[in-house]
Amino acid sequence: MMKDWFRNIIGVIIFVIVGIFLYSVVIHNTFGADKMVLGNHYVKDGVQETGAQNIVTTIVVLYRGFDTLGEVTVLFLAATALGAILAGFRDKKKNKKKTRASLIVSITTKFLFPMIILFGSYIFIHGHLTPGGGFPGGVVIATAFLLMFLADPYAFVSEKKLSISEGTVGMLYVITGLVGLYLFQNFLESFLPTGSPGTLLSGGIIPVIYVLIGIKVGSELTGLLNNLREDENAI
Amino acid sequence: MLSEIIFYGSSVALISLGIMIVLTKRNLIKMIVGLSILDSGANLFLISIGYINGGTAPIMNENWSVVVDPVPQALVLTAIVIGVAVMAMALAIVVRIYEKFGTLDIRRIKELKW
Repeated sequence: MMKDWFRNIIGVIIFVIVGIFLYSVVIHNTFGADKMVLGNHYVKDGVQETGAQNIVTTIVVLYRGFDTLGEVTVLFLAATALGAILAGFRDKKKNKKKTRASLIVSITTKFLFPMIILFGSYIFIHGHLTPGGGFPGGVVIATAFLLMFLADPYAFVSEKKLSISEGTVGMLYVITGLVGLYLFQNFLESFLPTGSPGTLLSGGIIPVIYVLIGIKVGSELTGLLNNLREDENAI
Repeated sequence: MLSEIIFYGSSVALISLGIMIVLTKRNLIKMIVGLSILDSGANLFLISIGYINGGTAPIMNENWSVVVDPVPQALVLTAIVIGVAVMAMALAIVVRIYEKFGTLDIRRIKELKW
């Protein structure tokens, strides 16, 4: 077919162009060489300025806090759009018999569910001390719900409660930023004391914001999984 | 030199593979798989540009002096979660398309032809 041939040619051309661009990036960036420009300031003065041990977290929450607020908004929009796209879809697939998972799976899920939630909370509460933070912690919490959905197809998660927790936490994030704006004339300024680096209560507003992001991401991804299930007894 | 080939090579391979899949496959699910591979390749590429020889994770401690560049890691940290959400949205659109047209082959979906 003529069209397919044309399509493949265009595919190869774009492929070659992207390859040339990638090669020109690689040739100017030797692997392992010290290329830090902006990162130098963060690595040298980050701990003194913010009191948090984990520099990645510092950048995500404080130095680029506005950017992170935008990313959380993108996540919220994607989850909302998914709900809007799939709205009304599940009504057509009623009366479909579902098989439950075996006894071993469902009992194990009951034991594992609180543990996974605890682990996710640990990851986002200790985000300023160890690798991790709000985004990975929220995803870990969502996997607990995924396990529950897999074990029991009739498991019920209230979509209303999810959206309430999501909305409240999102508002609290903005309010935390506005308090910084009121006290220090900067949106998302760290208004809490820095504390001594390496302890749990350090890093100014980083733990507060990361707990909020963790709950927000967790409830958003849970809602997303809930929407993607084949049919639901809720609606 | 070997690690340069491994990290840059595999990320460039993942990106190229993803682009090829997105451009040449006709099945919508396969195109989304290609997008996902492209996403992983871009993340790996950013992370390997930020690597510094002998560096550890950017968690400041008295025992470590050389750390890798924290900025790409901070970007990729959020990009992974956004990637998952966008992929789920794309799959939802595919579900709707299948419901309307009864096929996943883009050659048979007249409105989407290019």
